[in-house]
Amino acid sequence: MTAPLTPEEAAAAQYPGARRPDRQRFVSAQGLRLAVSEWGDASAPAILLAHGGFDFAGTFDVFAPLLADAGFRVVSWDQRGHGDSEHAELYSWDGDVRDMLAVLDSIRADPLILIGHSKGGSISTHLIQAAPDRVRAFVNLDGIPSHKPPPDVADHERTRLLARELSGWLDHREKAGSKVRRPDTLDGLARRRQRMNPRLSLEWLRYLATVGGRKDPDGWRWKIDPALRPGGFGPWRATWSMARFASLPVPLLGVLATESEPMGWDTPAEEVQPYLPPGARVMALAGVGHFVHIEQPQRIAELVLEFLAELA
Amino acid sequence: MRSGERTDPGRSGDRTDPRRVERLRHAKLDLALHTLRDGEGRPLLLLHGLGERTPATLPRELAAWPGPVHGLDFTGHGQSTIPRGGGYTCEVLMGDADTALRHLKQATLVGRGLGAYVALLLAGARPAEVRGAILRDGLGLAGGGPTPGTPTISFPNPSAGGTPDPFALAELSRDVRPPDYATVFLRQANELSGLEWPVSVCCAERPDWLAAIASEPGALETSLDEALRHYAGV
Repeated sequence: MTAPLTPEEAAAAQYPGARRPDRQRFVSAQGLRLAVSEWGDASAPAILLAHGGFDFAGTFDVFAPLLADAGFRVVSWDQRGHGDSEHAELYSWDGDVRDMLAVLDSIRADPLILIGHSKGGSISTHLIQAAPDRVRAFVNLDGIPSHKPPPDVADHERTRLLARELSGWLDHREKAGSKVRRPDTLDGLARRRQRMNPRLSLEWLRYLATVGGRKDPDGWRWKIDPALRPGGFGPWRATWSMARFASLPVPLLGVLATESEPMGWDTPAEEVQPYLPPGARVMALAGVGHFVHIEQPQRIAELVLEFLAELA
Repeated sequence: MRSGERTDPGRSGDRTDPRRVERLRHAKLDLALHTLRDGEGRPLLLLHGLGERTPATLPRELAAWPGPVHGLDFTGHGQSTIPRGGGYTCEVLMGDADTALRHLKQATLVGRGLGAYVALLLAGARPAEVRGAILRDGLGLAGGGPTPGTPTISFPNPSAGGTPDPFALAELSRDVRPPDYATVFLRQANELSGLEWPVSVCCAERPDWLAAIASEPGALETSLDEALRHYAGV
């Protein structure tokens, strides 16, 4: 159920450089409906963008058009439970990677270029290793693991646990099926997101809230499934993913944020260096936080296009 | 989302039915909790192995338990809900078992294979409510081993329908079980349960995680009969 926007809210849905997808469609991933967004010429070389945990494809609304206008078909999707995709009964790493392959299958233009942010960078790494013939180049945006457990990867790369963490998680599970987010104003959503993105303008955050949020009769809510909860736990070790990095068989550009943030992975470049495959390049960007492509879409698009031009 | 099997709701409340089924809600899923035997005192809760379901009747080797006996069908197994598109983890199954434990208030757990690993996790997570976890041989005891194998993307064929869910078989046979992850749960059970030994190991198979906990304080290698006798008296 949605409610009509006020004139101020309608104005917030416009932001300089932001462009909603040129095409939107749905893919069924084993019965789960995933929302797919596309920008640019449908016959151009394809790029698949993977967003991070607790994010949504609309966060590419400035970044993706920059790539599309440079001559690419840019495709992204909302991961299960995120954005406009269906909320699932279960969430897991394997589920996300399989969903990603379902989206890739629907593009019918592989091998393609993969760009993944944060957790999206990590599931992209897994996908390339499992299906190397489907990808020809990879850009990882602050999604290279280190020794610190990434905060947006629930139930996966966490090992340390405490009794209260475990019982808290189980208590959350008990209520997770019936949870409803509390309603807020559009401005309230933007200001909450600002805690994760301290360097973004409120104008940009309000725009993002109009896409990742929904206006119900009683107020605004983020669309993400309330059953999802950051900071789960599980047997996975970030170092396993890092060791695997060395095996990546495609040209790789890694971008690392250097500003420490609540959702940041804080991976130092010198920690990554020993695990780089031959020819790979990793850049640590000064003055940028974890959400590199949201914070500096122009700069990241330029880096990506330079990297892709070198391959051609 | 489908239910594993059609159940006759008229039978659910029948106290004379040896296989009474209750439906319990875990997040967005419905789980089947079977009553294999009524009785007084602390319940025994059976957790089946990978691809299995709660047995139709009380297994003879468990008949010595003095109290009531229940069995839980895990997500995607037996008469529990089949989720869409997989996403199984042992941590989710621990949530399944916790749902049954909440319903029963307290229980002694007997797990086979996959259910043994889940019993260990729950013993660590709910040390006051789990009054002993008995780990037995069964399907899915080893999981995917102590470290991840070569990355793959499994696409099981779901066309057969029904339980066990092919996604459960594919995902829960590959889940990583590092020995030092398992010992975290054992140590919590040992420190917080107040039991002399919260975990009884009654297995011939010895995957790495089980070998690691079997040598720790709080786990005792013993026979099933001895473990049942001990926890009945706790």
